[in-house]
Amino acid sequence: MKIKVGLGSCGIAAGGRKVLKALQDEAKKYNLDVEIEETGCIGMCFFEPIVDIVTDVGTYSYGFVDEDIAKEIVKKHVKEGNIIEDNLIYTSENPPNYTKKQHKIALENCGVINPEKIEEYIENDGYQGITKVLQEMSQEDVVQEIKDSGLRGRGGAGFPTWFKWNAALNSQGNQKYMVCNADEGDPGAFMDRSVLEGDPHRLIEGMLIGGYAIGASQGIIYCRAEYPLAIERLEKAMAQAKEKNYLGENILGTDFTFNLKIKKGAGAFVCGEETALIESLEGKRGMPRLKPPFPAQSGYWREPTNINNVETLANVPWIISKGAEAFASVGSEKSKGTKVFALSGKIKNGGLVEIPMGMTLREVIFDIGGGIKKDKKFKAVQMGGPSGGCIPAELLDTPVTYENINATGAIMGSGGMVVMDETTCMVDIAKFFLDFTCKESCGKCTYCRVGTKRMLEILERITKGEGKIEDLDELEQLGKSIKDGSLCGLGQTAPNPVLTGLKYFRDEYEAHIVDKKCPAKKCEALLTYTIDPDKCTGCTLCARNCPTEAISGKVKETHKIDQDLCIKCGNCYDVCNFDAVNVE
Amino acid sequence: MCDNCSGDEVKKNFRDENVDLELITPVIEKYGKSKGNLINVLQDMQEIYGYLPLSAMDYLAEKTENKKATIYGVATFYTQFRLNPIGKYLILQCQGTACHVNGSKEVSKAICEELGIKPGETSEDGLFTIEDVACLGCCSLAPVMMINGEAYGNLTPGKAVKVIKDLRKKVIEGDTDEN
Repeated sequence: MKIKVGLGSCGIAAGGRKVLKALQDEAKKYNLDVEIEETGCIGMCFFEPIVDIVTDVGTYSYGFVDEDIAKEIVKKHVKEGNIIEDNLIYTSENPPNYTKKQHKIALENCGVINPEKIEEYIENDGYQGITKVLQEMSQEDVVQEIKDSGLRGRGGAGFPTWFKWNAALNSQGNQKYMVCNADEGDPGAFMDRSVLEGDPHRLIEGMLIGGYAIGASQGIIYCRAEYPLAIERLEKAMAQAKEKNYLGENILGTDFTFNLKIKKGAGAFVCGEETALIESLEGKRGMPRLKPPFPAQSGYWREPTNINNVETLANVPWIISKGAEAFASVGSEKSKGTKVFALSGKIKNGGLVEIPMGMTLREVIFDIGGGIKKDKKFKAVQMGGPSGGCIPAELLDTPVTYENINATGAIMGSGGMVVMDETTCMVDIAKFFLDFTCKESCGKCTYCRVGTKRMLEILERITKGEGKIEDLDELEQLGKSIKDGSLCGLGQTAPNPVLTGLKYFRDEYEAHIVDKKCPAKKCEALLTYTIDPDKCTGCTLCARNCPTEAISGKVKETHKIDQDLCIKCGNCYDVCNFDAVNVE
Repeated sequence: MCDNCSGDEVKKNFRDENVDLELITPVIEKYGKSKGNLINVLQDMQEIYGYLPLSAMDYLAEKTENKKATIYGVATFYTQFRLNPIGKYLILQCQGTACHVNGSKEVSKAICEELGIKPGETSEDGLFTIEDVACLGCCSLAPVMMINGEAYGNLTPGKAVKVIKDLRKKVIEGDTDEN
């Protein structure tokens, strides 16, 4: 018997470490001979902290475990063999709906193996890909295999991976570099972190295979400094791989040499762009370079450099060991394989999901994600973060493929899927993203630097009720100019949240401007609070909580809000026990 | 040189205190010889001082081939670098999309009101510094804040204020114990 505790960042945030400690203490108390191990994130963040009891007859998973439940698990289940039904979320025989429709390739080991033990990775077919590559395949064979698999970059744009590898392979230089982009900057996406924390050896193997294919002997992982646990686990994994001769000189007795190092990013969204990332690797401000030359010709220190995203590389060992055909059999015609998404926002089951491409958004959000919190009405799903857009309810049957998502005006992006309900204001969301890109613009291109600021100002005006109907055309025009006038992906996609908003939710923008109303009741300045005389009991609670003394009325008499004094803080609405405060 | 970019104007943004410059000698020795390590040096410097003091950056320019402008340029470009010391508790308020949708703005407002400071500032008693961060990656627990490495999830304005009050109480009681 074995006990596993999910200790990804989400598990830890939910209290996983305390649970681990409680399990260990309790097992010691009863002198139980049971292995207690940590594992990565299984993806079901909404159940965290999760404890798995692995037995010969199956696995039992407990959710929402706290210290007391942990103790009970040890005493009742481990020691006495009685299952605690109340906290059991699923068993291996009866898996939850959340996992039924998923197809795991990149995340197959996450939450299953102990990420700090190379032996467990090897037991699960780990390092078989690089062994096969070194023993049987030429560099061209590897590129061909990746081409046949149809693998495309999982970081955002979906560029064919083989094409980049081939370009780097055919480039001449003194030293080639294989770089992994682990600078996951999209607010609302955390799939790369999950791979780094839950299955670091997989990334190392992917980099080895890529390094071999392009002829690089040096690899660099550019990782966010905000992911300390990921860096710690990667470092451990690299030391173990080196010890077993999967890294270093003459790997597995061949003449292939590959060294790997980690470079910590310092927090800049623009560094997700390849050339900005290279500038940052060189210790400079992360400002994009003019392309061409492309990194494959002239990248890190002007040498041929290939950059792939974490999830892309996590697919590579699987493709090599299971074959391109197996990979290509999953997904749609032009979008092969699977894609990992971070489901969050107003969704019941938030967490990580890996789905075969071609599945519809409806299936992802309702069948896997369980639908909307409190069963409210679905309004839109945001994909692609600050570079993407909001897809409305009428397009819920769109299949998740690069082509279909692009056609909506959003992008596949790195995999953030933020679900919104009727209480989310689309103008506010566009403003939120514009505020982000405006702050994160590196300042190199005028259109991006100044244009995003101007767009943000217009949106701020609109949410304050000071917008003009001409503003909408100006937003569209500015958006187009920024797309045309920016050097890198950040500026080229920054207007997308506004442009898709205008495309699908123009009426909501117009409501803000013409009617001076926010339909989602989010934009403070546009709200009016009134008291319903039929419901008000005159309890005075609202008057006592009003910071500006805008509410008047005697005890047991109907209260009234003075609109000139009201600052629209919403306190009265929140405190009223009789539902007597109306917001419009 | 215009008024806006004269040295004095720039220096207003930087905080300087008497710091022991010898502390960073090992860092300079470790990275000094190879090129392209400025970010690593600054990261290590911030580990030592808790922020990047102006005198330490000037000292770095003196001891390495980096120009002052290059060092300030990198220090001000990346959000990780701080130019001012921080309080005992660093509150990172997640401003990710999921947190935004789930009400992080209201939580942030409550925290700022409780402490009487804005994001980027430190409370007068030197106990709390508030910073906004793009995403802490605990989206399913949104809205989230992290204080000195520990995450607090599913926040409401009331819950967040309580966490801060509890921490403050802990410090005050801790002081009494020591006395």
